[in-house]
Amino acid sequence: MNLRLRNSANWIMLTLTAVCTVAVLIPLFLILYYVIRQGAAGLNWALLTRLPAPPGESGGGMANAIVGTLELLAMAIVLGVPLGLAIGVYTAELGNGCGIDKLAGVVRFGADVLTGIPTIVTGLFVYGLVVVPMHRFSGIAGAIALALIMLPVVSRASEEVLRMVPHAYREAALALGASRWRVLRDIVLRSAKPGLISAALLGVARIAGETAPLLLTALNSSQWTLRPDQPMASLTVGIFNYAVAPYDDWHRQAAAAALTLIAMIVLLSLLARAWGRIGEVR
Amino acid sequence: MDGIAASLRNVNFFYGSQQVLFDVNLEVPERGILAFIGPSGCGKSTLLRSMNRMNDLIPGARLSGEVRIGDEDIYRPGADVISLRRKVGMVFQRSNPFPFSIAENVAYGIKINRLARDRATRDAIIERSLRSAGLWDEVKDRLHRPALALSGGQQQRLCIARALAVEPDILLMDEPASALDPIATARIEELANELKERFTIVIVTHNLQQAARVSDRTSFFLMGKLIESGETRQIFSKPVRKETEDYITGRFG
Repeated sequence: MNLRLRNSANWIMLTLTAVCTVAVLIPLFLILYYVIRQGAAGLNWALLTRLPAPPGESGGGMANAIVGTLELLAMAIVLGVPLGLAIGVYTAELGNGCGIDKLAGVVRFGADVLTGIPTIVTGLFVYGLVVVPMHRFSGIAGAIALALIMLPVVSRASEEVLRMVPHAYREAALALGASRWRVLRDIVLRSAKPGLISAALLGVARIAGETAPLLLTALNSSQWTLRPDQPMASLTVGIFNYAVAPYDDWHRQAAAAALTLIAMIVLLSLLARAWGRIGEVR
Repeated sequence: MDGIAASLRNVNFFYGSQQVLFDVNLEVPERGILAFIGPSGCGKSTLLRSMNRMNDLIPGARLSGEVRIGDEDIYRPGADVISLRRKVGMVFQRSNPFPFSIAENVAYGIKINRLARDRATRDAIIERSLRSAGLWDEVKDRLHRPALALSGGQQQRLCIARALAVEPDILLMDEPASALDPIATARIEELANELKERFTIVIVTHNLQQAARVSDRTSFFLMGKLIESGETRQIFSKPVRKETEDYITGRFG
C-alpha cells in the first residue's frame, strides 16, 4: 500500500471513530438535556423538604423518597460491597493453584449467571424470601434485592482490578518476609484501592436506578420511613408512580425527582472518587 | 571468609516432571560476593530462588536435597518461611518498588517484622538503609514522594535499601543490573562491593565481565548442573573444566 492510500485509510478510520464517539454522546446529552429541562420546572424547595400531598391535591414534595433512596442505597452498599469485594478477592487471589482452584471457577461462573438474571426476578425471589415470611413490604427486603443485584457487578469488577496489581509487588513483599495475608492487605488492596472504589461505584450505579425489584420488596410509602422493617419510599418507585398518574402536577414532580436522582448519583460518584484519592502518594 | 552462610547438598529441582537442577552441592562462604554464571536456562536463577523459597509460589515446583541457611534446614517440614525470608533478602531483575512513597518502601520490611518500636528508630533505620544503598543524598529531601518517580537505577537501589532495612544475613541479587544503563550498573556494582563487607551476597548475572569485576567466588552452571566453583580469578584465568573455559571464552552460550 502506498503512503497516500495509508493516509486516507487513516483519515477514514479516524473519522469513523469520531462519528461513533459522537453517536454515543448524543443520546447521553439528549437524556441529560431532557431531564434538566423537564425537571428544572418542578424543582423547588418543597420537593426536597416536604412529604407527598394526598392524591388530587397540589403541592407537596418527595423528601421521604430522597431519604428512602439514600437509606436503601446505604443498606445495599453495607450488604453488597463487602461481600462483593470478598468474592473478588477470593476469585482473584486464592483461586490460583491448590485444590480450591476449581471452586473459584464455580464462584466466578455463578457471579456471571447472577449478572444475567433480570432484576425483576431477583425482586420476586426476595419477595418470596423476605416479604412473605415478614408479612409486609420492607426497606430491608429492598436493600437485600439491590445488594444481590450489585454483588456480581462488584465481585467481577474488583477481581479484574486485583488482577492488574503487578505480580512483582507481591514478590517484593513476600521476599521481605510478609505473610500472604499481609501482602494482600498492605500491598494488593492498597495499590488497588482507587480501582476497588470504582468497582463499588459501578455496583452502586447499577442499582441506583432500579425500580422493578423495589416494587416487589420495599414498595413505597407516603411517610418518613427510618425503620428498615417498614415499607420504604424511593425516588425510582416515586418517579414511576407519579409518571403514570393522570395529574400534571405529579408529572412535573416526577421529572424533578428524576433530575434529583441523577444529581445524587453524580454527587455520590464525585465523593467516592475524592475518597479514593485520599492517601495517594503524589 | 570466616564461616559458611549457606550450604546446599544434593539439590535437585523440578518444575512438574521437568528436572532443572541436578545434584547441586555448594557452600556459600560468609561475606563476600558469590556469582552464579551460565547460559540462559541453566538453572542459576532457580537455585538462587530456592535459597529463600521464592520458588514455592510456582505451582508444581519441588525440591529434593538439603538447603541450609546458617544451621537451619529451610526445606524441613514446618520450617518458618517468613523468618527465612527475613534473613535472606532479595533484589529482583526488574526493580519493583511498591507504588508508595520512598520512605514507605523502605519502612515496609521494618513494619511487618516489627523492627522499630517508635518513629525515631524507624526513621533512623530508613536513613541508614538508604545511606547503605547510596541513595540517601539523592532522596533525603523527597522521602514522601512516590518511589515510581525515581529513575530506573535509583529504583533498583531503593529496592536494595528496602531489602537491607530488615538486616538480612544474605542478600540474593537476581541479575540486578540487567535492565540498567552502564552508569547505573556501575553504581550497583560499587554498592555490592561496599555491602560485601557486611553481608553475604549471591548474585546471578549474565554479564561475565560483571562477575569478573565484582565477585570473589564464581560458580558456573550448565544445563542444571554445577560444573565448577571456585575463586573468581581462578575460574576466569585457569578453569579446570573444559565447559567452563568454552563458556568464558565465548565458544558457546
